[in-house]
Amino acid sequence: MKLPYGLSQGDTRYDIVCQQAVEMVTDYIEDTLDRVNRQRYEKHLSVCDHCNEYLAQMRETIRLAGHLTPDDLSPEMRDAFTDVFRRWREED
Amino acid sequence: MQSPSVQSETELLRRLRAGDEQAFVFLVGRYSDSMLRVASAYVPSRAVAEEVVQDTWLAVLRGLDGFQGRSSLRTWLFTILVNRARTTGTREHRSFPIADTTPVVDASRFGPDGSWTSPPEQWIEEAEDRLAANRIADLLRAALDSLPPRQREIVTLRDVEGMSSEEACQVLGITEANQRVLLHRGRSKLRQILEAELRGVR
Repeated sequence: MKLPYGLSQGDTRYDIVCQQAVEMVTDYIEDTLDRVNRQRYEKHLSVCDHCNEYLAQMRETIRLAGHLTPDDLSPEMRDAFTDVFRRWREED
Repeated sequence: MQSPSVQSETELLRRLRAGDEQAFVFLVGRYSDSMLRVASAYVPSRAVAEEVVQDTWLAVLRGLDGFQGRSSLRTWLFTILVNRARTTGTREHRSFPIADTTPVVDASRFGPDGSWTSPPEQWIEEAEDRLAANRIADLLRAALDSLPPRQREIVTLRDVEGMSSEEACQVLGITEANQRVLLHRGRSKLRQILEAELRGVR
């Protein structure tokens, strides 16, 4: 069976490397890491500036996506949708 | 993006049922952009995606009287959309990349011991400046549009719309685990694009 994050079976080493950390980052943010892997990830963060930066950039990416405001609809589409509404209102 | 509060949602529904066109215009303006982005994951062209969204709005209006409010208006809206887009779409959607083990960061950026040799480049400050100056929307939109369809869809629902993983899974009819694989790949790719676009411009 393949273990996640590039850990090989029977791997008892506690420390993870950067290349594993970048694969764990979403599970960390989503809070779906099990206890041992969360501790492994956090221990790595405590010694790795680059992976701290990487985590901060992932959080920033999410934050930026959340600031995206809806693009204005084209006038044609707005008219088409308004037609849909008016047709529906006549249905009753 | 903020979703309308429960109270305002109840009010919106009341106004819609009463045939208030302004309430409909608000809803269309609020959700159609994300709906188009999600629909595009299933259909071959923008024109077809627009048709799907239009059909969805009609289905929503016709279903208003039967809508019990067991889910949020938004969940209901996007569930109808995804079902319609799937029916219309010609692409295969059964295969989710569960077994996709391609690294999300290019292996060439790490040394043989798995440590960064080409570490993440700084870009957060630049992004914040552009955000404050309202100069980042086009870049973000282009970056989102460049994601593979399944990843674009989940990032749109989770991060642009701000849905919980539970709500997104309900809308898409996928498991939490699959949702997370797609989200991981999509967010990682988005970060990569932002790094490539924003690094070193300061």
